[in-house]
Amino acid sequence: MSSDITKLQLDNGLTVLLKEIHTAPLISHWLWYRVGSRDEVPGLTGTSHWVEHMQFKGTPQFPAGDLDKAISRDGGIWNAMTYIDWTTYFETMPAPKIDLALRLEADRMHNSVFDPQEVASERTVIISERQGNENSPLFRLDEEIQAAAFRVHPYHHEVIGDMADLETIQRDDLYSHYRRFYNPANAVLTLAGDFDSADMLARIRDLFGAVPAADTPARLSRPEPPQKGQRRIVLEGPGETTFVKACYHAPRAVDADFLPFSVLESLLTGPSSLNLFGGGISNKTSRLYRALVEAELAVSVGGSLQATIDPFLFSVTATVHPERDAEDIISVLDAEIERALQEPPTNGELARAVKQARALFAYGSESITNQAFWLGFVEMFADYEWFLNYLDRLAAVTPEDVQRVAQTYLVPQNRVLGIYLPTGSQEDHS
Amino acid sequence: MAFNHTTASIPGPDDITRLELDNGLVILARRNPNSPSVTMRGFLHVGGLFDQDEKLGLSDFVAASLMRGTHQRDFQRLHDDLESVGAGMGFSGATHTTGFSARSLAEDAELLLAILAECLRSPSFPPDQIERLRAQILTGLSLRAQNTGEMAALTFDQLVYPNHPYSRPEEGHPETIQAIKNSDLKAFHQRHYGPRSMVIAVVGSLEPPRAVDMVRRVFEDWENPEQPSLPDLPNWEPLAETVSQRLDIPGKSQSDLVVGTAGPARREPDFIPASVGNNILGQFGLMGRIGEVVREQAGLAYYAYSSISGGLGPGPWSVRAGVNPDNEEKAVELIHRELERFSDELVHPDELSDTQSNFIGRLPLSLESNAGVAGALLNLERYQLGLDYYRRYPGMIKAVTREDVLQAARQYLRPDRMAVAVAGPARTQAVP
Repeated sequence: MSSDITKLQLDNGLTVLLKEIHTAPLISHWLWYRVGSRDEVPGLTGTSHWVEHMQFKGTPQFPAGDLDKAISRDGGIWNAMTYIDWTTYFETMPAPKIDLALRLEADRMHNSVFDPQEVASERTVIISERQGNENSPLFRLDEEIQAAAFRVHPYHHEVIGDMADLETIQRDDLYSHYRRFYNPANAVLTLAGDFDSADMLARIRDLFGAVPAADTPARLSRPEPPQKGQRRIVLEGPGETTFVKACYHAPRAVDADFLPFSVLESLLTGPSSLNLFGGGISNKTSRLYRALVEAELAVSVGGSLQATIDPFLFSVTATVHPERDAEDIISVLDAEIERALQEPPTNGELARAVKQARALFAYGSESITNQAFWLGFVEMFADYEWFLNYLDRLAAVTPEDVQRVAQTYLVPQNRVLGIYLPTGSQEDHS
Repeated sequence: MAFNHTTASIPGPDDITRLELDNGLVILARRNPNSPSVTMRGFLHVGGLFDQDEKLGLSDFVAASLMRGTHQRDFQRLHDDLESVGAGMGFSGATHTTGFSARSLAEDAELLLAILAECLRSPSFPPDQIERLRAQILTGLSLRAQNTGEMAALTFDQLVYPNHPYSRPEEGHPETIQAIKNSDLKAFHQRHYGPRSMVIAVVGSLEPPRAVDMVRRVFEDWENPEQPSLPDLPNWEPLAETVSQRLDIPGKSQSDLVVGTAGPARREPDFIPASVGNNILGQFGLMGRIGEVVREQAGLAYYAYSSISGGLGPGPWSVRAGVNPDNEEKAVELIHRELERFSDELVHPDELSDTQSNFIGRLPLSLESNAGVAGALLNLERYQLGLDYYRRYPGMIKAVTREDVLQAARQYLRPDRMAVAVAGPARTQAVP
């Protein structure tokens, strides 16, 4: 992980990070905004994601439909993502063509049209996106769990938003959200790839320097009060498969407990990769795989710990064996958690977690798109140092740290337990 | 300082090592000096085509069993050795082939290859592990029965390929998975797995001579003289008219639909023009003409695109979309209209030139990772394209004309002979 980056701020407040990588004739360009579903109040849930969709609907300079054609024509890929904490847009292009991405993003930071007709046709597209999600039992279970885990904090709702709001949000709601959060001081621009930093910076100053400055918008702050007692959700739906999802309130990414927690995650459910591109590794020797899958109580188990601004959730998801039920899973899960509370891990287990993380970073580094992703992603909740020091800090975690973190977070009072109970499949397989 | 050897990133005869061992195993290798890791991908010509109807899923089941234990390492030891060093490995069955993919840090490449060879050559099929795996496969099949997208695709295959092996899902059905015995798995492995049909690509930090040596060491004494070739595919009979089927999956919110038919095999001369045409139809920009009409103009779907599979046989050329159940007919109608236009009229010259520059321009990006390069090398071998294929590729794409595209569209996509498959929540209205 090279520290060879350029980081600075333009006069209008835009933060810029550049990393030269001359291994392939490619450049990846990412523009990050500090806005996500956590910035939405009831009645307007799903606004950040819908605004992201509207950013593909054109500006006077780049009318709708021209943008995607222009990028594709040059052999690039592009996409956008809305998360609970942030929204990001990226283009990865052949190096000589990157100017298009720069011009496009500088333009749509300020000049998107939000045509009412486009808003109307996008409403049904987003409703369709939500209905596609609803087809999945685990989406529906997640939605119930988040709502139960966050009574006050806006992590309460899913990024896609509630159906009631998707039916009623108006064009001006979207446009004012855009105007408020899309400005240079609220954005981070990151590029990695085959360029000269001085030349690139000059071009960035030309294009992005011209975007008018505005105040940094305040973000919605509604801290979640500590949970006092286990919460349990039971959801019913079609199918023949039971799912159990146990979620614990977890530390935020910059908390000193986050790295020990990631070691704990690695022990319990296998290491998860924070790479967006690059993939992970299997978890068949993790404690919960052995206790649940090898014991034929579940057919699969996985965990998730995400790097977030505010405390979010560590989750364990089990797909229950067809001949078992949710309670079988929960009692064994509890026994394994108890073990983590009672015994610190061995030094060997810690060394293994560090080696796994090193491999995952190596896989992620093959992709220039992933390298530019990291430059901006960490800025959303920390800064680039967090990424650079990650392996060193991971190596410094002690067995006692891991045990203390288990004792702090993995207690029933801090847990939301979600169960998906299948009502059977009634379809006719004729 | 800037990267100025554009062709250097495109694999060609001067930087791909290709070597065939005496036992028939083909090794491909290419170095990526910028990578601290190594990727190994490959395939054997062993697939669902060998399966009997009553034991459909056998080939797939065998592939999934390979990492359940070998004569050298039991399940926990095998996975502990891999996971402890952050390495990964997986096998997957398909209709014509069984594929594998593995990666590790460079320092662990020998271990990775040793385990890969054990899994392929001496899996032990431990009974307890096999029963565990069977329950996992059966759960996967129950989840498939609830997945509108997968069930629409399965229904589509049954409509397009009656009396043809492509009508069968290679993962099988619950009753066929139940019918497979441990002895079937062992017998299948013993009979069909061997070096003669195997190809492996090694890409990453290893120097190719070293990669070749390492592969040779673990595979050169592998023999299976009785190894049969895959059965020939029967001819595919084109549809005589449009056929439709709708599958109810109660309790769902959205329907998924697939409209299309069989397309050209990868080695057919019209695959390239068909593939260029497909990009115009349902890929370019935001999902091509289909995306423009179904998503952008009508707002009917979050996703609506076309794809062309072009494998070893006449795989599907189809349009897929996810829509509200009330909009199924409307979406099918819009798709039908686009298919008519596509097979009636020449594409616009700008559409053709846009797609040509897209295909040529995106090549370096697809070759960015070790896995991307390994996949590209395997395609050279799988379809016998020649080591200079990626260097010739821009010229081949530029040579495609509007007439070639129309010809391919007319040859394959006849709007009055389509299969229309829908899976979604129960409705009271008529079938589309």
